[in-house]
Amino acid sequence: MTARRTGVFVCHCGTNIAATVDVKRVAVEMGQEEGVVFSKDYVYMCSDPGQSSVIKAIQDNQLDGVVISCCTPTLHEKTFRDVSTEAGLNPFRCEIANIREQCAWVHSNRDEATEKALKITTSAIRRVQNNEALTPIGVPVTRRAMVIGGGIAGIQASLDLANAGLDVVLVEKQPTLGGHMLQLSETFPTLDCSQCILSPKMVEVSKNKKIKLLTDAEVTEVSGFVGNFKVKVKQKAQYVDPELCKLCDDCTHVCPVVVPNEYDQGLTGRRAIFIPYAQAIPASFNLDEKSCLGLNPVVCGKCADVCEAQAINYDVKPKTYEEDVGAIVVATGFDLYGLENMGEYGMGKYEDVLDGLAFERLCSASGATGGHVLRPSDHKEPKEVVFIQCAGSRDPENHCAYCSKICCMYTAKHAMLYKHHVPDGQAYIFYIDIRSGGKGYEEFVQRGMEKDGTVYLRGRVSKVFEKDGKIKVMGVDTLAGRTIEIDADMVVLALAMQPSKGTADVAKTLKIGRDKDGFLAEAHPKLRPVESVTAGIFLAGAAQGPKDIPETVCQASAAAAKVIQLLSKEQLEHSPAVANVRLSHCTGCEMCVDACPYEAISLTGGGKAYVNEVLCEGCGTCQATCLRAAIDVKNITQLQIFDMINASIGG
Amino acid sequence: MASTPTQTPKDPSVFEPRIVAFLCKWCSSAGSDLAGVSRMQYPSNAVPITVMCSGSVSPVYILSAFNKGADGVLVSGCHPGDCHYLKGNYFARRKIFLVQKLLSFIGIEKDRFRMSWVSAAEGAKFAQVVEEFVRDIRTLGPQRKLKAKR
Repeated sequence: MTARRTGVFVCHCGTNIAATVDVKRVAVEMGQEEGVVFSKDYVYMCSDPGQSSVIKAIQDNQLDGVVISCCTPTLHEKTFRDVSTEAGLNPFRCEIANIREQCAWVHSNRDEATEKALKITTSAIRRVQNNEALTPIGVPVTRRAMVIGGGIAGIQASLDLANAGLDVVLVEKQPTLGGHMLQLSETFPTLDCSQCILSPKMVEVSKNKKIKLLTDAEVTEVSGFVGNFKVKVKQKAQYVDPELCKLCDDCTHVCPVVVPNEYDQGLTGRRAIFIPYAQAIPASFNLDEKSCLGLNPVVCGKCADVCEAQAINYDVKPKTYEEDVGAIVVATGFDLYGLENMGEYGMGKYEDVLDGLAFERLCSASGATGGHVLRPSDHKEPKEVVFIQCAGSRDPENHCAYCSKICCMYTAKHAMLYKHHVPDGQAYIFYIDIRSGGKGYEEFVQRGMEKDGTVYLRGRVSKVFEKDGKIKVMGVDTLAGRTIEIDADMVVLALAMQPSKGTADVAKTLKIGRDKDGFLAEAHPKLRPVESVTAGIFLAGAAQGPKDIPETVCQASAAAAKVIQLLSKEQLEHSPAVANVRLSHCTGCEMCVDACPYEAISLTGGGKAYVNEVLCEGCGTCQATCLRAAIDVKNITQLQIFDMINASIGG
Repeated sequence: MASTPTQTPKDPSVFEPRIVAFLCKWCSSAGSDLAGVSRMQYPSNAVPITVMCSGSVSPVYILSAFNKGADGVLVSGCHPGDCHYLKGNYFARRKIFLVQKLLSFIGIEKDRFRMSWVSAAEGAKFAQVVEEFVRDIRTLGPQRKLKAKR
């Protein structure tokens, strides 16, 4: 059916559009287009008077289709489709012509921009005149959620979801919950012990019947769509049964293998059978299959021999779980910028040049040295320590262009903690700027300078090298205008934060985007900060961008709230702009069946293609594949596209 | 505002190509929105048609555009592997070679058709793709071979 009473509404957007596009001319010329019976321009179409004028025009002129020429449809398509509904017009008879982002804002020549705006608007008119009136399709919802990542973000999101009565599957790659926060000694600006504030939440997760915890596990496959995802999770072989393990520690005493302990940033060693932290959840020893000899019982097998609980079984195989969930929260966290990248600061070359997390482990009571700050090389107390901020951050030429946001604060904390451990020691901090925005943050930095005598040196470090058992740090103090040489006992680098190593794979599996730095991309930087572009997938924590613990917790709770909102509905609305088969043209060649990414098309008994409308996402791949033009996506049919091409060329 | 609108009349000696740009909704159209929000400037010759997926762009659309008088056709989608619809852009990618071969066969320079991958975060890349494409089509001059006589 062709609509022939079309209305066109051209927005000035203040001067945003009107400064470059002659909107009055657009409105006048569009009024002369075939089938257009009403056309006007208005300063702010999205304002209440603007919306009312659309409603009035639809009703007064019995419009059967409207085009709003304004900003991108991602902003106001919903507004104007709701307005259409209010006026009694089917919302799918409303189309947006984007003359702001794709026209006014990217061109400066008024004539050229106006010409282009005319083409874009005509194209939308041609489309809307052949749009069908559609009704959204109702789809049932799986009232269950998955959280990927068991750091503080994942823990908080899981608890919020479970406490709202939803079943949660929490998937963590490591053998324990806790993420990087569990490695920290104290947290700024209150100096709370990190483990003391985190472990109650971890225990809560383990006790909560609504949460199914899968550690040592990774998501391998995701299919389905918002409200109904099917997720495959692969869990590594659990050689130690967490139900049976009594945490007696007998196994580690007999294990002959020693490897660097990654939970202590390699400052200590661990056995092939080990527990990452005393507070680990699940509370169980783990067998690291990469370093264990006992998987070949002829070679070893000592731990199984001494295990009285008989919790160890070398024959266990990896498991694959298939979970049905309605929504997914991605909280895969961060990693530090690789040591290998920071050769200029002697990282990886000198034992006493450490990263921030290693320094946390030195300060931590549960850490490598039992809470004493000692040099890794000779176990002596360091008397002068140099902290270098922005190691890898804010350096677009060589490293990461962005600010890692938390380093100013944690370096201030490190210097303070160091002074508390070594009262006669001296801490120096090389910095570019001190960024201490946040409640109590600036006061914290000041406290470090005033009470603990931290010396701040504004400038970059040029060279770090070892000389006579000391680490010589050469830099410049740009405020005093002099060069600085410090014979330090230890150097701590505030390395940049990066998305955790598996982030790219997770993003690929879930089909969500990443930004230029590799962090997960939010749907809108300001207004939809916890949603990914894919409906039903939400983001939390440092995987989305560098952030500290309070912000991470905020975002995790926000993501959980979004999931609760989504899953509180009985039914979800599925877009009715789905593929439609013209049976008279279909020959049953099955090319569309093969092309469909969602397996939504099948062949009926009569040898014709049939579209399952609930599964169809309306991508149109079938449309481009069909040789006989027998399949079309509603409201963007081939005939509509031909009309739009015509309009775009100005023909 | 990044720039002040100008009223300079067009230089008639400069060939202004007519270009149709098929942009997928999720990546390239979003990327072009970002170019807009960031006020990046590029030539106005390419008129966008937002489609759901680059995989939905049939070779027939491309030929139809040339037939209607387009001097160039751009199709832009999500990066391979990042398709919002899982694998639509792989179908699009397979068609590039076919379309270019077909264009050469019927006597149209194959460079009049271009495919690019622009993600939602790549506003600058979108502006650059359009700028380069317009420049290249300007060099090629008007497309007369397939344009229907009216």
